[in-house]
Amino acid sequence: MAALNIQKGASSHSAYDLRDPNAQTIESHTLAVLVENEPGVLARVIGLFSGRGFNIDSLTVAEVDHLGHRSRITVVTRGTPAVIAQIIAQLGRIVPVHEVHDLTVEGPSVGRELGLYKVSSKGEKRVEALRIAEIFRANVVDSTLESFVFEITGTPEKLDAFADLMRPLGLSDLARTGVAALARGV
Amino acid sequence: MSRSMTGARMVIEALRDQGVDTVFGYPGGAVLPIYDEIFQQNDIKHVLVRHEQGAVHMAEGYARSTGKPGVVLVTSGPGATNAVTGLTDALLDSIPVVVLSGQVPTFLIGTDGFQEADTVGITRPCTKHNWLVKDTDDLSATIHKAFHVATSGRPGPVLVDIPKDVQFATGEYVGPKQIETPSYQPAKKGDLDAITRLVELLERAERPILYTGGGVINSGPGASQLLRELADATGFPLTSTLMGLGAYPASGKSWIGMLGMHGLYEANMAMHDCDLMIAVGARFDDRITGRVADFSPGSVKVQIDIDRSSINKVIHVDLPIVGDVGHVLEDLLKIWKSRGRKVNQAGLTKWWAQIEAWKSVKCLTYRNSEKVIKPQYALERLQALTAHRRDRYITTEVGQHQMWAAQFLHFEDPNRWMTSGGLGTMGYGLPASIGVQVAHPEALVVNVAGEASWLMNMQEMGTAVQFRAPVKQFILNNERLGMVRQWQQLLHGERYSQSWSESLPDFVKLAEAFGCKGRLVSDPADLDAAIQEMLDYDGPFILDVMVEKHENCFPMIPSGKPHNEMLLGESSTEGAITGSGAALV
Repeated sequence: MAALNIQKGASSHSAYDLRDPNAQTIESHTLAVLVENEPGVLARVIGLFSGRGFNIDSLTVAEVDHLGHRSRITVVTRGTPAVIAQIIAQLGRIVPVHEVHDLTVEGPSVGRELGLYKVSSKGEKRVEALRIAEIFRANVVDSTLESFVFEITGTPEKLDAFADLMRPLGLSDLARTGVAALARGV
Repeated sequence: MSRSMTGARMVIEALRDQGVDTVFGYPGGAVLPIYDEIFQQNDIKHVLVRHEQGAVHMAEGYARSTGKPGVVLVTSGPGATNAVTGLTDALLDSIPVVVLSGQVPTFLIGTDGFQEADTVGITRPCTKHNWLVKDTDDLSATIHKAFHVATSGRPGPVLVDIPKDVQFATGEYVGPKQIETPSYQPAKKGDLDAITRLVELLERAERPILYTGGGVINSGPGASQLLRELADATGFPLTSTLMGLGAYPASGKSWIGMLGMHGLYEANMAMHDCDLMIAVGARFDDRITGRVADFSPGSVKVQIDIDRSSINKVIHVDLPIVGDVGHVLEDLLKIWKSRGRKVNQAGLTKWWAQIEAWKSVKCLTYRNSEKVIKPQYALERLQALTAHRRDRYITTEVGQHQMWAAQFLHFEDPNRWMTSGGLGTMGYGLPASIGVQVAHPEALVVNVAGEASWLMNMQEMGTAVQFRAPVKQFILNNERLGMVRQWQQLLHGERYSQSWSESLPDFVKLAEAFGCKGRLVSDPADLDAAIQEMLDYDGPFILDVMVEKHENCFPMIPSGKPHNEMLLGESSTEGAITGSGAALV
């Protein structure tokens, strides 16, 4: 007896196919998640992303209201508009989550990231590194005769650009915080 | 009056304040102080299970059949990890269950202590929320919060992990009224503008359908009542998911049967061809939608759901209404009545004529036999011999028998049908039947089972016997993993890999070994008498019904097909299934 005539690939868009049913444009969104600072709350947020196959491009978290025990988690994520909407709805469902804001759609916002760059070089390269650091308004927070540690605050793009320039000049280590963001205005 | 007491006493006090009458559990080192308190009181009955998975399924059966949360008490480590399947089952089916687990003392946490497991870590993704209580002063408030979270909004399982030193230490007890959950405020009322737009849609619709799910049952008996009123007053056809059976009576005039992968032809065709789909407490599960791209292409879709994340998760809906089904239906009826109870009668008449034409296909037809018991026939007889019992509760295991039970048994009331829908947990039905029976000692509780599923938690027969729960185990025994075998036949070239149950026990002797009664029946002529003996027996009973071994469950939407490409049965698959397989009955 032959199997049922179900062609390979015919199951596209079915429950048994892992391909994205509605491939659309992928957007990057910055979400601010205000949470009760209780044990495990970060694990819940991260577990939601990994468990449901969502992306995390960057994530920052710290308690912002010590008296009220509120923490602010800033997540930069990617997905189709439907996926982003689903991420926001799923985050809102977590019991200790107070509010979720999509800073990318709720109006203008500012996002800043801090980066620390260790550049190890001598001679011409060392001078060039320092010159470019001045252009980027980087601070030198540590220096030896053969290295600098630069600190930059700015958009992720600015931090990327600085890293690209420092790489041929001896970039040996790099640490970034991920984006912290706030809505503009009152 | 001092409300100072030990943590263990607090647990009992909190359960009492929450109105808990039954706890399903299993003792162990890390919960001994709580068991000591259980020993010293008579308000709360403890049902000793044989495996912690069984405890959670019993609690689910209890919860689904009563509308109250089911409560489980387990020890640390393996006690908690054994509960994980039950928790996941309850999460996917939105069943309110509160699991209290013991934990090693706080000073041993993180040291890989004996019977230590990271219980809150392990259960985080399979609970609605969970807590580790590190201070006895926080214990009572946490338990009250746990009950609130489990039962409000979209219900679900929660877990409270209680280290042993927290149980021994003394703290201040607070009552259930003193707790607050500022970050957790589930919506109740739906947006009135959206509801008014739905009224406008249903006044005009030519081919409407009500697609209802477990959310109606979770919303309470009032919601089922309002659904009946809406369906009957509008005359709209109504179909239901597996989880929603009984919210609208099977004898009601709007009822067109269950939809989905093994749903009725008329229900799936109506879903495909409708022009207005009103999803009420249903979440467009993949067993419902078939191929998403071709799901009901011409309809305006409205979804009423208490969980915002259920909306647009799988299917884009045109009009979402976030709120409790009961509240939304109440507002909907009010607005619809105030606007003159209008429906598009001409359209509806034509629509029903079409549905009647689909019904005439008689998609549940099967070839009966005088030699061998067909599983469908067994369920028809079970239905015929139990239909007069309004207090009939059915649980199931998972597989073909579950789908046949959904097709051939008819439910007139909500909370009468307990099945593992979302997770598809084999081994659910037996413990669930015990949980139902404990909650309804006088009722008729039948677990429709397959022999393979049933074996997965058969140890719970000991619980049934110990607690005199006269549960009826109706095993449709085909000596196969029937649904696996069906898929292997239809989709894997008849290579029956590991789907044959060899070395099955003698179920009659097994019943005797457990101290209850069993009977084997294989001749269709004896079936009625065997069922009657099972029903009349005053105690747990295992009826081993030897059924046709190669029967397939139809109708069926094969994977990746839309609703209008259903397989209707052996005859409709003749083009697709050729050769020796055609000889199958």
